Amino acid sequence: MTKNDLKENKMAKGFISIEDLKKVPSYPSEERFKRGPVAVIECLEEIPCNPCETACSRNAIKVGYPITNRPVLVDEAACNGCGNCIIKCPGLAIFVVNKAYSEEKATIVMPYELLPLPEKGSNVVCLDRKGNAICEGIILKVLSGKALNKTNLITVLIPKEYADVVRFFKIKDNV
Amino acid sequence: MRIKNHPILGERQEAKEIEIIFDGKKVKAFEGEMIASALVAAGVKTFRYTTRNNEPRGIFCAIGRCTDCVMEVDGVPNVRTCVTPVKSGMVINTQKGIGQWKGKTS
Amino acid sequence: MERENKLKTEFAVIGGGPAGLCAAIEAAKYGVEVTIIDENLKPGGQLFKQIHRFFGSEEHLAGVRGFEIGNILISDAQKYGVKVLLNNIAWGLFEDNNIGLCDTNKVSILSCKKVLVATGAIENSIAFPGWTLPNIMGAGAAQTMINVNRVLPGRKVVTVGSGNVGLIVSYQLMQAGAQVECIIEGLPEIGGYQVHASKITRMGVPILTRHTIIKAEGEKFVQKVIISQVDDNWKIIAGTEREINCDLVCIAVGLKPLIELCRMAGMKFEYLAELGGFIPVHNENMQTTIDGAYIAGDITGVEEASTAMEEGKIAGLAVAMELGKIDEKKGESELASAKNRLRALRMGPYGEFRHQAKQNLINSYYKYKNQMGA
Repeated sequence: MTKNDLKENKMAKGFISIEDLKKVPSYPSEERFKRGPVAVIECLEEIPCNPCETACSRNAIKVGYPITNRPVLVDEAACNGCGNCIIKCPGLAIFVVNKAYSEEKATIVMPYELLPLPEKGSNVVCLDRKGNAICEGIILKVLSGKALNKTNLITVLIPKEYADVVRFFKIKDNV
Repeated sequence: MRIKNHPILGERQEAKEIEIIFDGKKVKAFEGEMIASALVAAGVKTFRYTTRNNEPRGIFCAIGRCTDCVMEVDGVPNVRTCVTPVKSGMVINTQKGIGQWKGKTS
Repeated sequence: MERENKLKTEFAVIGGGPAGLCAAIEAAKYGVEVTIIDENLKPGGQLFKQIHRFFGSEEHLAGVRGFEIGNILISDAQKYGVKVLLNNIAWGLFEDNNIGLCDTNKVSILSCKKVLVATGAIENSIAFPGWTLPNIMGAGAAQTMINVNRVLPGRKVVTVGSGNVGLIVSYQLMQAGAQVECIIEGLPEIGGYQVHASKITRMGVPILTRHTIIKAEGEKFVQKVIISQVDDNWKIIAGTEREINCDLVCIAVGLKPLIELCRMAGMKFEYLAELGGFIPVHNENMQTTIDGAYIAGDITGVEEASTAMEEGKIAGLAVAMELGKIDEKKGESELASAKNRLRALRMGPYGEFRHQAKQNLINSYYKYKNQMGA
């Protein structure tokens, strides 16, 4: 996908559409989503970058050469949603989505580099790619620590119908 | 305004607090920081006024290349405050035009 | 003030940013005696305000934060015995590559066999009524204030320019506790990477393309700006004017190389808008049209720290080879590796035009050299 292909949404507005996302080689199949947490790499352009490939200890992600190739989820089954790629991505463009969490709910693991960190168990307002409030969510897990080098991993529990939409959140006091 | 706890940089490292004098008023600063940094922390935005039209000026490049942030420091005008560190008791004044040379060398 | 103080070194590096540090380290690895000159109190150039993770691949230190790379380079420079003269301004570059220096106490003349000018670039501005008001500053300036000085110059920000600098600095201002009201961009397209744009839009910061800033207002500092939409001919569309209250405006409209010393030395130039303006021409080994003088980093065209580092390594290796400190075969092999790493960074839709511009520079170098009868 070249710069021109993305003209509509990304180049004019900055956020990508779900249609654009579903066309990229890194988007998991619906069958894979049904089996549990999997990485969704929202990186649509050819930029020289491959830390996601290097970070994945299960060889699930491939960029290859030239390093401007967009990342491909070559082995969906190998991906176990560990989140190592989320931490290393310089674009903060990777999310681990679990559409199989329960009948009604899904979880999203997001990179978070702001203070204060949310509290486990707290309610948050979930935002879509445009920053609009979409639904409420609950913080299930807050992972920080030296190995993450300040790219904290936050797991948010949301209604399943928004699993392809929610990509950020606001802590309730600050809304 | 000072950033106490930063999501990437963490907490501010220990630094000795000193005092400088800005336009006759005492201002707290940290030893080793740039004059511009201490002034911005104190909420100062205007650093000088231009010669002809008396227009307010402040920081532009912050890396010592543009001279927009110059002020009178210890009697010496046209000191680039973004690349000059503070010293205890330093006297800094809002500069008017090209400033007044008080006859001191640095 | 003392009169002339005469100094000597084998390889003088003017500018201790990523390009200068990498050149110094590379040359010092092979036994060249290197002195870095920097006007600041600490080397590192613009690396220390870059708190984000770099792109590229493992060999480019991808995933590592800019200031961490700064620390690595300074440590390597110390390890290889590179001398660093801080607080020294290089005010002149003369015949035979003699360099005029001064600090607060004395003037020095530094003589050397080889010199590298790696003085970087400075931010551009755009003129509009009120553009000189305090708290209208370069985006890089705001970045220095928040990430190096840890002070926040304002809380409500408008950013002008949607290239990577505008996008990244807007995100970092949010990290520092400010609220970015919007990013405005004159072109119909966002200039920077989709990933940078996406991470700021999901925080609720709109990027307004086909918008311009009409004026800034405020008594002693900026208190509001007036923006409007522009049409395909960059003409303001009447009726679309909007006021935005703000106390900080970040101008992110590109940078231009700091080429004063190169002008003094008599280097040949080309004008390449896509690289930031007037650029001293150089060959594939970063050699300029002045014997013994090399350039690397943003001064050779505004790109990024990653490309500056590889160009620095190329210059350092070239110098070590010229001085006979490295076996030719080994030198050529290392040079080829550095050039491959550099080429990798200039691929894709964001890189190809830069690669092409660089090829033009190299072609110009040979054109001038032929004219000069070399």
